[in-house]
Amino acid sequence: MPRQLHFSAALDSPGHVRAGHYTALALAAERATLDFVTLDDSFTAAPHRPDALAALARLAPATGRVGLVPAVTTTHTEPFHTSISVNTLDWVSEGRAGWLVTVSGTEEEARAFGRRPVAPPPELWAEAADAVEVAARLWDSWEDDAEIRDVATGRFVDRDKLHYTDFQGRYFSVRGPSITPRPPQGRPVVVVALNADDLPERTALATRYADVVLLDAPGPEAARAAADRLRLQAGEQLRILLRLGLALPDAVAADALTERIAGTGGVDGFHLVPADPGRDLAAFADRVAPALRARGLLRTAYTGRTLRDHLGLARPASRYAAGPDPVAAAAPAPATTRSPAEVSR
Amino acid sequence: MTGRPLKQIHLAAHFPGVNNTTVWTDPASRSQIEFSSFRHLAETAERGKFDFFFLAEGLRLREVKGRIHDLDVVGRPESITVLNALAAVTDRLGLAATVNATFNEPYELARRLASLDHLSEGRAAWNVVTSSDAFTGENFRRGGYLDRADRYTRAAEFVRLAREFWDADGAEVSHAGPQFDVTGTLSLPRPPQGHPVVIQAGDSEEGREFAASAADVVFSRHSTLAAGQAFHTDVKRRLAAYGRKPDELKIMPGVTYVLGDTDADAHERAAEIRRAQVGPRTAIAFLEQVWGVDLSDHDPDGPLPAADPVPDSALVQGRTRLGDPLEIAAKWRATAAEKNLTTRELVIELTGRQSFIGSARTVAAQLDEHVQNDAADGFILVPHLTPGGLDDFVDQVVPLLQERGVFRTEYTGRTLREHLGLPSPGGR
Repeated sequence: MPRQLHFSAALDSPGHVRAGHYTALALAAERATLDFVTLDDSFTAAPHRPDALAALARLAPATGRVGLVPAVTTTHTEPFHTSISVNTLDWVSEGRAGWLVTVSGTEEEARAFGRRPVAPPPELWAEAADAVEVAARLWDSWEDDAEIRDVATGRFVDRDKLHYTDFQGRYFSVRGPSITPRPPQGRPVVVVALNADDLPERTALATRYADVVLLDAPGPEAARAAADRLRLQAGEQLRILLRLGLALPDAVAADALTERIAGTGGVDGFHLVPADPGRDLAAFADRVAPALRARGLLRTAYTGRTLRDHLGLARPASRYAAGPDPVAAAAPAPATTRSPAEVSR
Repeated sequence: MTGRPLKQIHLAAHFPGVNNTTVWTDPASRSQIEFSSFRHLAETAERGKFDFFFLAEGLRLREVKGRIHDLDVVGRPESITVLNALAAVTDRLGLAATVNATFNEPYELARRLASLDHLSEGRAAWNVVTSSDAFTGENFRRGGYLDRADRYTRAAEFVRLAREFWDADGAEVSHAGPQFDVTGTLSLPRPPQGHPVVIQAGDSEEGREFAASAADVVFSRHSTLAAGQAFHTDVKRRLAAYGRKPDELKIMPGVTYVLGDTDADAHERAAEIRRAQVGPRTAIAFLEQVWGVDLSDHDPDGPLPAADPVPDSALVQGRTRLGDPLEIAAKWRATAAEKNLTTRELVIELTGRQSFIGSARTVAAQLDEHVQNDAADGFILVPHLTPGGLDDFVDQVVPLLQERGVFRTEYTGRTLREHLGLPSPGGR
């Protein structure tokens, strides 16, 4: 039996600001038993859209299983706010949150904040890596069993299980701990979009921190080669989804897409980018998903509750927890490989 | 009373916070972080036809003597994200987030609030806080702190700029001021409410003036009749200078309450709740907050310390200061002597006694009396229990307020502005 693939879909719908639109799309994605949906974001005037994390939080209670992965940019935002917002998305969705890490590289966005000039992409991605590091430390800063509610001693938390993050980097420092308890997934899923031949800094962020890469490659061979290179650096726990345009005007297109998906190797699945989200996600759920299920390439129903469950990723222990496994107490990692705690997932 | 028509009461539900008002030791206490708790309280508030649901904020865990304070509830979610999720499970209830104007930037926050207003179809509110200190700043890029005057300068310019972004309806805004020099365009049309409702909680001279100039609602701390009337008079008289009518600013004190079958039952319950709120270690923590020194060896069941407080101590971080320590200590000593109270009894007596105690009928009558006599335009109710702390109020007191003809029996508007009877802001 072939290996089941992982699927995600972009809900981006320029011009739509109402909740009902995004909820309907997410429900279609859930009908297709996709792993997760993404929503892009920026601080530019166009396209017209709401804050991505807000829109996905808004539809969380209306959905039950599908993962929710908003883009949140790291350039003009506060890493502390980003960490607690993604954390809170995990709480309100009961373990379905991820974070598509992006940067703000335009003059337009720099002027909207008026705090710093626009910086070159290598610097922005190096800073993004620091923001992800801080977010992950803050998620870990509450051990899972920090809340004790010990009536006898009057203590709500065991403060020995709350940890200062004490991050000091080139761009910012964050003392911690988080104000928000550790999220249901331990760490929400970190997602990075990459080209086959991307900036070293962006690729380094992905191989060090990402759980999922959304890979854009010019053809199947380039995709396979890029995926092999990424796995060599990141290890087998990285899920690599190949970006795939989705346009399903009719049954012929649906059949062709099924064949294309079945015939592409070397990646863990596909990130669907619909031309017309309303039409194409419904068509995928109704026409393509059943064909993929018949071939054993797509789950017939969700078997897990959290996004990590869908992706087959274990829930990580807090790096600060002094558990029986000594590697859980994370040593600092060299820049190009994962820390022991990350690999031990 | 005059012959004017009855004033309508406005009500809001405050999610129990990270302080000792919240009794987590009660067997009925549930999670402070799971979505189900927020949903329960919000659905209860909407069942009671409340104006809005309110979330507080604190951007660093509180510390005492250099260690995280562990006696009260610790930990909370990011407010705007929770409110967006609550918008999916409620239909009319206003959704108010406390967000700091010091550790955020106008473009981003205006966009997040506009998003909440769109995604909730006109139910967003922003409680503007400015409290900022180097301690909290250690979690943020900007670090540092602003001194008191600059905090309001920044907040006032922040609110003005946010409103410019909202009014622009997707057009470019250029703003050059002392605090902000920005040019940007929101990716959203004008919010359904025009401007999300602005709430302000500061009580200082600058805070009151800021409220009169810029706020739609004041979250006041004056919950007694006389203090409420004085505050009401003072703040409402400031409105004319800004071309505003008294009705355009609603004053809603934060209040606690305890119900019982009879008034006597309620007072008995209130005393029990106060003992649960102020355990021996919490009593010492309050004492240290005033005295500014380590008093962990002090006997909570004995008299107050003989030594005087140390002013300007950094012993306690991340909390609102109670006032001048020497003055407070003098008052505490006088009360302890007069009523012959131990340290813990005194703290129980002087900190956080419930605002309204009695049978449902008594509490409904008192709330109404406060509003009809201009001590308040409504109340932000702070329950002591998560998440069922408002169940009894909604079941027992709300129907009595409705009988008195001073509280809505159904929502008549769709937006929070409509619930509050606030004018629709003019725009471009």
